[in-house]
Amino acid sequence: MKDTAASTVPGPSSRTWDAVVVGAGHNGLVAASYLARSGLDVLVVEKNEWIGGAAVSRELHPGVTYSNCSYVFSLFRPEIMRDLDLPAHGLQVLPYESGAVFKRDGGYVAMYRDHEATRREFARHSPRDAESYDRYSRDIMRYCRFIRPLLMRTPPDPASFKLRDMSEMAYLARHFLALGSEDAAEMVRFWTMSISDFLDEYFENEAIKSYLAVSSIIGTALGPMSPGTAYVLLHHYMGDVDGNIGAWGYARGGMGAVTKALASSFLAAGGTIRENAPVARIKVREGRAEGVVLEDGEEIRARRVISSMDVKRTFLGCMDPSDVPAPFLEKVRNFKSRGSSGKLNIALDGVPEFTALPEGSPCIQGDLHFTDTLERMERAYDEWKIGRWSSDPFQDTMIPTLTDPTMAPPGQHFMSCFVQYCPPRLEGGREWTENDRDAFGKAVLDQIEDYAPGFKNRVLHVEVRTPRELEAEVGLTDGNIFQGELTFDQLLFNRPVPGYAQYRGPVDELWMCGSSTHPGGGVMGAPGRNAAAEILRGMKAGTTKKTEMRDAYPVI
Amino acid sequence: MTDQRHHFRQPLQRSPFHPRIEAANVLNAWAPWAGYTTALNFGDVAMEHSAIRSTASVYDVSPMIKYAIEGPDAVAYLDRLTLRRVAGMPVGGVQYTAWCNDAGHVLDDGTLFRFDETRFRLCCQERHLPWLLDSAIGFDVTIRDVTEEVAGLSLQGPTSFAVLKAAGAAELADLKPFRMAEVRLGPVGPVTVSRTGFTADLGYELWVAPERALDLWDHLMISGRLHGIRPVGTEALNIARIEAGFITANADFVCAEHALRPDRARQPDEIGLDWMVDLDKGPFNGRAAIRAARRDRTLKWALVGLDIEGNISAEGSIVYLGGRKEVGQITAAVWSPTTKRNIALAQLLRPWHRDAGDKLRVEIYALRELQYHKLMLPARVVKRPFFNPPRRRATPPAMF
Ligand SMILES: Cc1cc2nc3c(=O)[nH]c(=O)nc-3n(C[C@H](O)[C@H](O)[C@H](O)COP(=O)(O)OP(=O)(O)OC[C@H]3O[C@@H](n4cnc5c(N)ncnc54)[C@H](O)[C@@H]3O)c2cc1C
Repeated sequence: MKDTAASTVPGPSSRTWDAVVVGAGHNGLVAASYLARSGLDVLVVEKNEWIGGAAVSRELHPGVTYSNCSYVFSLFRPEIMRDLDLPAHGLQVLPYESGAVFKRDGGYVAMYRDHEATRREFARHSPRDAESYDRYSRDIMRYCRFIRPLLMRTPPDPASFKLRDMSEMAYLARHFLALGSEDAAEMVRFWTMSISDFLDEYFENEAIKSYLAVSSIIGTALGPMSPGTAYVLLHHYMGDVDGNIGAWGYARGGMGAVTKALASSFLAAGGTIRENAPVARIKVREGRAEGVVLEDGEEIRARRVISSMDVKRTFLGCMDPSDVPAPFLEKVRNFKSRGSSGKLNIALDGVPEFTALPEGSPCIQGDLHFTDTLERMERAYDEWKIGRWSSDPFQDTMIPTLTDPTMAPPGQHFMSCFVQYCPPRLEGGREWTENDRDAFGKAVLDQIEDYAPGFKNRVLHVEVRTPRELEAEVGLTDGNIFQGELTFDQLLFNRPVPGYAQYRGPVDELWMCGSSTHPGGGVMGAPGRNAAAEILRGMKAGTTKKTEMRDAYPVI
Repeated sequence: MTDQRHHFRQPLQRSPFHPRIEAANVLNAWAPWAGYTTALNFGDVAMEHSAIRSTASVYDVSPMIKYAIEGPDAVAYLDRLTLRRVAGMPVGGVQYTAWCNDAGHVLDDGTLFRFDETRFRLCCQERHLPWLLDSAIGFDVTIRDVTEEVAGLSLQGPTSFAVLKAAGAAELADLKPFRMAEVRLGPVGPVTVSRTGFTADLGYELWVAPERALDLWDHLMISGRLHGIRPVGTEALNIARIEAGFITANADFVCAEHALRPDRARQPDEIGLDWMVDLDKGPFNGRAAIRAARRDRTLKWALVGLDIEGNISAEGSIVYLGGRKEVGQITAAVWSPTTKRNIALAQLLRPWHRDAGDKLRVEIYALRELQYHKLMLPARVVKRPFFNPPRRRATPPAMF
């Protein structure tokens, strides 16, 4: 796909685009699609030979397609799927089965799709926890219901006296106060406490707690005992699969299917994508963005520039410092985007046999974990702090091909292992070497082998990714998977930095639409959609076509 | 299934009576209840309901959640936990009760059985182990889920005593409502029998060890052959329970710990359980909140029985005052074969449970051959139970 366009493209340099979007990740493509549908002439430039950013599927072993970065689907806003007609462009979402955390004593705790089965499973480990689970789920669901309406709204600037900001602040205040004082207090506790403390209020069994803590540390440079991790859990639960809130699924064909469908929708709306087009610099003249310069020196002129790169890459990497106010740059430097995750993508010539699982257990089709206490999880984090990868790593591992037949030939499988903790740089600030990377990969493979003897013999190919590889390929600064950490200090009107939460950069007609912006990371699409809404709002009436852009579906 | 890990192979458990129920469930009408597979009907709901009201019916209540509460402080604990006075309960007594959280919102209702000075059993619809355990801090009691250790069969209907007598328990003639006794039933051995039920008719509930369940079933069926005994499913029982005006957790009210929407929680006074609140018995969970709500008149809802015009059941309908103002919601409704009335349970906004006069209207969408008939039927608040025959209480009970 080179210079793909629905219409003939005049020579790139002779033309001024209505908008150039930097990066063909899912958010860049969402923003680009809305703008193209509104009648704008939109060009997306992507540095890689392929599109997708962190929502990408590549065939790295013959016949086996990987979800190279993100691997499970839930957060993507259904309103966007509908606006951009993604199912018609090939997006299909498959719910997936259950899962298990393996215990060192040879046992396991499973989670099943069936509520009663999960209750009985928990009861094997703690009758009390089995019955606490309903109230726990209820409380998490209450928090989800609170946050979901906020995802597709531009955060207000609390320091502004503009009518729109004040009324949005008033909306937030009303939304919060509607909780009532007791629930409001609980909510603030939840947003700021550690997942370990939170789970202690419901559960007693370590393995159960470890299972439930999984989503609270994913992509986060924090341990389960760090304050703020409870919110991260919510960030992973606020999505849904067809209304089943908190449920996760797969994009059929791998996560790249999401960006493939987006690209198809974008092209159908008349948009243009250029791969192999790395932006070296965003050009600014007289306080106004006017295009980009590619690494090979080619200039592309545009009435607005929309960056889907993370804010550090955008402002520290692709701009002349003299074009950007110094205090803003300082805030961008302070934006936390420490990487904490690695990933192994594995091609297998058969299904590994986990000795703990009884024959026929559906858990093999779900998410698998090898960390059975919160303490082990926290210890794994301790190693990250001193610049080591965890010797006893935490994994979120699954075999999507047991659910999705399209990603590997029959009998072969794709196994996705998301791993923590994995620091962006090693002890003493040392850069990763190939040897380090392979040693990290080995720690992960060894752990799986411990629970599934013979596993390694089935391995056909492994792609090992540390923050170094993630940064090099996707451009994620320090390999932070969410384009910036999801801690309370960096959310809502403070994301990415205070005063700039409305998708506008510090320069006219320079916009931000990546996961660095509200509501943050994950394959969600909301940042891209919200950015497009802001851009269109600022345009003169009559200059754009009306296109579908739904508000968030009501939570009733 | 001895290896507990294999439970996932059979997501719905089977009651100890399952082999008999399966054989009689000729339409394969199954529904899940509390993790068990249970019969919706045995082929003919009208005949089954008729058995409840005219002869004798058996209904499997084994899935009911049961907690054994035992220890020297059991009475003090239960008095602290529940709304009614437990100290005054006789050994062999049974109490219909409910319990609340600190906000005075009902967590569940259930029946409390007293076996001796220190041993009780609490039967309810939903699971509450964490709440019961947390509430036990400072009390010398143990609390254990015994759901799977006790099989229960409800024998209801005017000839239910005749059946028990034929089964060899003539001594139950003296058993009063809300009392229980242990009897030996021929081939079954010891059976605990309580004069309780969900039908507002003469009836008993029989409790045995699961190993004895099939013997109990068979013995009752043989003993009841001349007394019109038949198994009934949840659909027939539900008609009878609405006629009796009984409420069901998470159907007529939402248990406070399950309420996703905080405004769905209800105080006892809001679901018709005001009569069981004993404010004078000493401290109990929710007392201050209940007292304050009564004093400050902050109660919002009331649960009432409705008698609706016509004969079209009003399941799920919205209740209006006059033509437009929404004042409530029907939670259970049925055309009552016994009273020949169109009855319902409803949550109404106060004060309309009292002050609506003849202004209540029930909006019914009746689907008939692919078209809705929209009806606005007048309704009146009436006393529950809708059906309350003297035979329910007569001791000794009549033979029919
Ligand atoms: C290993 C991993 C696992 C994850 N797992 C999940 C998951 O299971 N589920 C989930 O919902 N989320 C997951 N996430 C998070 C999620 O994938 C990301 O938050 C999301 O995909 C980011 O999308 P984006 O469009 O905001 O940015 P990106 O995907 O980062 O897109 C930015 C794009 O810009 C391009 N680019 C960068 N620099 C330049 C340049 N100079 N010139 C031109 N183009 C440039 C990049 O190549 C990229 O295509 C995961 C992320 C990672 C890394």
